[in-house]
Amino acid sequence: MSGQAQHVRPGYVLRYAFHERLWHWVAGFSYIYLLLTGLAFWSPWLFWLAILVGGAPVSRMLHPWIGLIFAVGVLQMYRMWASQMNITQADKDWFASVGHYIQNEDDKMPPAGRYNAGQKSLFWGFFVCMILLLLSGIVMWLPEYIPWSWRYLRYIAVLTHASAALLTIGLFMIHVYMGVFAERGAFGSVIRGEVTLAFAKRFHPRWYEEITGQPTTPRK
Amino acid sequence: MSQATLRVQKISGHAGSVPGEDTQRQYTVAKLIDVTTCIGCKACEVACVEWNDMPFSNTVFDNTYQTMPETRWNYWNLILFNEHEKDDGSLMWLMRKNQCMHCADPGCLEACPSDGAIIQYTNGIVDFQQDKCIGCGYCITGCPFNIPKFNKETKRVYKCTLCTDRVSEGLEPACIKSCPTGCLHFGSKEDMLQLANSRAKQLQEHSNYPNAGVYDPPGVGGTGVIYVLHDITKPEIYGGLPSNPSIPWTVKLWKNPLKWLGNVAMLGGLVGLFVHYLKVGPKAHDEEPDSREGAKP
Repeated sequence: MSGQAQHVRPGYVLRYAFHERLWHWVAGFSYIYLLLTGLAFWSPWLFWLAILVGGAPVSRMLHPWIGLIFAVGVLQMYRMWASQMNITQADKDWFASVGHYIQNEDDKMPPAGRYNAGQKSLFWGFFVCMILLLLSGIVMWLPEYIPWSWRYLRYIAVLTHASAALLTIGLFMIHVYMGVFAERGAFGSVIRGEVTLAFAKRFHPRWYEEITGQPTTPRK
Repeated sequence: MSQATLRVQKISGHAGSVPGEDTQRQYTVAKLIDVTTCIGCKACEVACVEWNDMPFSNTVFDNTYQTMPETRWNYWNLILFNEHEKDDGSLMWLMRKNQCMHCADPGCLEACPSDGAIIQYTNGIVDFQQDKCIGCGYCITGCPFNIPKFNKETKRVYKCTLCTDRVSEGLEPACIKSCPTGCLHFGSKEDMLQLANSRAKQLQEHSNYPNAGVYDPPGVGGTGVIYVLHDITKPEIYGGLPSNPSIPWTVKLWKNPLKWLGNVAMLGGLVGLFVHYLKVGPKAHDEEPDSREGAKP
């Protein structure tokens, strides 16, 4: 996909190629719009959010279209990454010691590959929720075309759309927290594409071994 | 839409209390439709279109006398014609004037996310305010009677206003005014119920309709439009009048427990992450105390 190999500064490794970063942000920016407008429709107390992005009727008109862009973004990420996202035994071990991960005791974690079990769960969570949101969203987009005898479709859609959206909000909060605040260097990896060798070694040791051919130092 | 003497008691998508709530009491109004004396003349249909100044609407012939299959954004009042075979094999012609039921617990208002797009007055009338409508169509999903209709050009939803403009000036709705047989009545809900019950009793005792009764479904808190039916046990035969209508349970679940649960979870999540950052902080890299870009030696 990316024509030329990207120049990587010494001491860094390439974590995300240009097309990976691009699709991530297609999904990311469309998600933020969907979040703001969706929350406006969700609660009267948040209705003002729609004013920020052009008013509620405009939000109602654009939300489904931006939703399609989001779906394309997530589908592209599925195409790029699904094969790397299989949940393995190592991932189950990772989950078993997730307490250490939360306490930032990363040296006590089973070594992760390019993606750790948490990232894989995030990926599958967003993928499944996107499918649910897309299907229910189409029903909610054009309710006037659903005949009265098919009204149960609408009944299911409103509940599915809200529930799946809430799940993505949980995933989104954790994702942003990890990427921007908790794991320094992660945000840069999805902007510039690079992470430091130390980052790779610390958080993704098996991936580090794969790309550098060097074993990681024995763990404490 | 004149609101001269009307006070509001419920507002859709509204954060906080209803301004002016309980400052004035009003009679709950109701329309009484005695289907047993309706002759299907459609005067009410014409009066509705005329009074509300609606554009011409094409009719659809469907092998019955019915004007069109269901109400439209610009056709709020429709007589439903049904041929019903009685138990003894004889035929009965059922005509029911169909329009917004003006529920005491309106599913449309419950589902609506837009502040003030649907309001319920203290007299019970449920009215759409198209200038505040965002065109989401949630009301279509919330309504158990298939009443709100979407206009694709204006992207707004419309329905019967119970002639709010007329009622607020002390007049009866246009449909009532036009009825030649007196099968339509308008007044306080209390009076209309009394009249309806006495008519049902008359039908039971003098006209051989032992199952005659009054349709005022409790599932939606009662309605501002009540029917006298020949057979209250089978409202479905009158063009699909639901026997026990209520707001769809998924809409109730979505608008009540899920909303609370979701809001608590979202707030809890934000607080939780913030506290985690204060307590545990960012993850350290082994060989690099600060590996932010630019800090690399």
